[in-house]
Amino acid sequence: MSLALKLPRLRLKGGSSLWVGGGLVAIAISSAILAPWIALTDPVLDANLMNAELPPSWEFPFGTDAQGRDIYSRIVWGARVSLSVGIISQICNSLIGVTLGLTAGYWGGWWDDVVSGLTNLMLAIPSLVFALAIMAILGPGLVSLVIALGLTSWSYSCRIARAQVLSLKSQGYIQAARILGYGDLRIMFTQVLPNILGPLIVIATLGMGGAILAEAALSFLGLGIRPPFPSWGSMLSEARDQITTAPWLSVFPGLAIFFTVLGLNLLGDGLRDYLDPQSTTRRG
Amino acid sequence: MTTPLLKVENLRIALAGDGVTYDAVENVSFEIGRGEAFGLVGESGCGKSITALSVMGLLRRPLSLAGGRVILDGKEIQNVSAAEMRRLRGKRIAMIFQEPMTALNPLSPVGRQIAEMFVLHQGANWNEAMDRAEDALRQVRVPSPERRIKDYPHQLSGGMRQRVMIAIALACGPDLLVADEPTTALDVTVQAEIIDLMAELCAAKGTAVLMISHDLGLVANMCQRVAVMYAGRIVESQVADAIFAAPTHPYTQGLIDSLPRLGERARRGRQKLREISGVVPSIANYPAGCRFNPRCPAVTEVCRSVVPEATPLPAEGVVRCHHHG
Amino acid sequence: MLLVLGRRLANIIPTMLAVVALVFLLFSVLPGSFISGMNEDGRSTIDPAVMERMRKEMGLDDPLIERFAKYVAATATGDLGISFRTREPVTKMLAGRIWPSLKLVFAAMTFAILVGVTLGFLAALKPGSLIDTAAMVGAISGLSLSQFWFGLMLMYLFALKLQWLPSFGYGDGGLRNLILPAIALGVGPMALLARTTRAAVLDVLNADFVRTARSKGMSERRVVEWHVLRNALVLVITIVGLQFGSLMGQAVVVEKLFAWPGVGSLMVDSVFQRDMPTVQGCILMIVLFFLVINTLVDLAYVVIDPRIRYR
Repeated sequence: MSLALKLPRLRLKGGSSLWVGGGLVAIAISSAILAPWIALTDPVLDANLMNAELPPSWEFPFGTDAQGRDIYSRIVWGARVSLSVGIISQICNSLIGVTLGLTAGYWGGWWDDVVSGLTNLMLAIPSLVFALAIMAILGPGLVSLVIALGLTSWSYSCRIARAQVLSLKSQGYIQAARILGYGDLRIMFTQVLPNILGPLIVIATLGMGGAILAEAALSFLGLGIRPPFPSWGSMLSEARDQITTAPWLSVFPGLAIFFTVLGLNLLGDGLRDYLDPQSTTRRG
Repeated sequence: MTTPLLKVENLRIALAGDGVTYDAVENVSFEIGRGEAFGLVGESGCGKSITALSVMGLLRRPLSLAGGRVILDGKEIQNVSAAEMRRLRGKRIAMIFQEPMTALNPLSPVGRQIAEMFVLHQGANWNEAMDRAEDALRQVRVPSPERRIKDYPHQLSGGMRQRVMIAIALACGPDLLVADEPTTALDVTVQAEIIDLMAELCAAKGTAVLMISHDLGLVANMCQRVAVMYAGRIVESQVADAIFAAPTHPYTQGLIDSLPRLGERARRGRQKLREISGVVPSIANYPAGCRFNPRCPAVTEVCRSVVPEATPLPAEGVVRCHHHG
Repeated sequence: MLLVLGRRLANIIPTMLAVVALVFLLFSVLPGSFISGMNEDGRSTIDPAVMERMRKEMGLDDPLIERFAKYVAATATGDLGISFRTREPVTKMLAGRIWPSLKLVFAAMTFAILVGVTLGFLAALKPGSLIDTAAMVGAISGLSLSQFWFGLMLMYLFALKLQWLPSFGYGDGGLRNLILPAIALGVGPMALLARTTRAAVLDVLNADFVRTARSKGMSERRVVEWHVLRNALVLVITIVGLQFGSLMGQAVVVEKLFAWPGVGSLMVDSVFQRDMPTVQGCILMIVLFFLVINTLVDLAYVVIDPRIRYR
């Protein structure tokens, strides 16, 4: 078609969301790492009933809770739990998804059918419900939480990996590598994986946001981190009953979740536009 | 000659790029008389399709009209209001596109897509519009039109779909039909049928045609006059018969030499088809001077620095080449 | 049409069977789930003799295949077992919860579609405009909200501060009690739909047939009404289906927060009470809902898109 002029790329998309998202994520990560230095008080031990339920002030920027603990310090420490749950469970999901997707696309046959069946199954059970079921069996706690979240949302990475292998296969890449005498695993890791790294990073970034939300939800239900150690979800869980008398207890941990997840979502969008300017912002 | 139906003068189309603006088309001028078939020929990316779109007023960003005039029947139309342009489009100037697969709405029956024309431009109600759509399908020789009007595009073959496009374009009896590579996407056997149908219907209704194609042979058969475009400029325009007999621009020459011709082998013995060496330059790095110079067999120093002017040819037409005249 | 419906409904069966198998595996085979689980919560210590009797009663000593066959057969006839806590049939408990759940899910989805699709359309028709930017910032924020926190904030503002709406509970089942939980649940799908709709409409606006429509001399408004809407809808409907289907599962937390007597809150309560038959029943219910909704969406495709009918 003669309209398809040889255009230089019109504009680099994704600029602002990349920077804003990256900035928010950087803030979240650095507060998790620097927690011991930037927290004002100890998140668990510095309870002081004299200071109970103080609204935000210069001394306690986000207020204090019913035991007089500084909310700001608890949020800073809570970042450790929320982010590590998000990161670790997303790593599990990516590993499972990529392994299943790569092998299914590569070997095809009955194994592909099995994996596709599993993926459809995972899609049919909402991941929060699945995670809840696993928590029901394993009982509450941090480890069960990571297991529950790490096993339940790998279907996107799996689909992407599988589709990519199939497309590379049709382009003859894999055939060529095989003729050169490369082994299956070597082809998968040296030829295929580098080709899907971009989309996988995008999926992982967005998935991490999902995992942080799910952690918050499960902790809120009382299935995650047990008090007194803070995670953002468990702080909200405790704060709920005091919503009338001390709304700041709910506002600030919620904002921490919101901005962290917003950062991850923006970063994911920005990365997608950066890595693949052709694609429209679509997901699902 | 009386006032031509369509006159395009010094057309310039800008392409907005990465902070830079390129001229995708510049200094393009041509005229089409009433009922005349005019051909615009060139390789992909030479700007012929966007020239057609600019006549329709359908350029969209990053493309825009940057200069020149488009005159329909003595009236400038390049700056008229959107509402006025809409009244011209479809009614006085209609267009057929290259891809019959995607140019029709997949979720709407073809009859309805034709009937829209009567509703839009002639104030018909849907019932009479559908009756007339059936007539229109009959005119483009779609078999059993009474059943076909209810069909969806995916149920028709490519040739049938292009017939539907023709029926849509000619529905309101336009003065000018712009046909952008109407047969490129079709099977070779169907191509001739579609071209004949177009030529016949346009001749019967007195509709002028602006035919856009990369196929010089096809255009020369159907059109009275032909212009050849290269890299955004018209390099030669002539009467169709003359362009084959005496091509004046080296590029036109090259195009003709690269056409296989029946009977030629018997006359001149076995000969290789010649191709034009080199590639079409991309819009971001058009060469200075004559844009054909890197590929031209007759290139000299002046070609590399000076843009050739349009020189009138003895009979009729113009050429832009330093080595002519 | 009926034939298509029948065939698609039949497609549910294998997936449902797989889910039943998975649930069976999770709850009946993994150690530490059934009886020991009852023991573990520390509140009730069970006499070993009682435990032995319960194992017999539940057939836990039978071979695995036999237990599975029994489980499938019972599930197929709608018998989901007896709740450990209430000693009522799980099916009966679910039956009482399904209506409130459906009401909440439908209300949330209505909200999501009305607001999300409208926003997406307006944004796509004027890309780069103020409304586009605002809608897309709103959409990505909506995707980043945790439902329960958003619900909590809504509760604080509209129920506790302004006292316009009741803060929680089912009430008489009227609209007033429904509004806040429906918005809290619907905000995520709303945001996703706004983005999807925008992308779909932009896609369609760039399609060749839209250019054809313009070349016919149609006004932009007509182009959108006659040629863009339906085509964009086809793209949007997939996301509607997926979101709609998973909404009953997503509702778990919101139902708990607003003390809404639906399947989700039943599931959460049962998890805490380690009432495994009820947990299983809730999962199966939620999955069945997902599959049925997706079947209905498939049918909607057949109605909207003529290309599918003939395949």
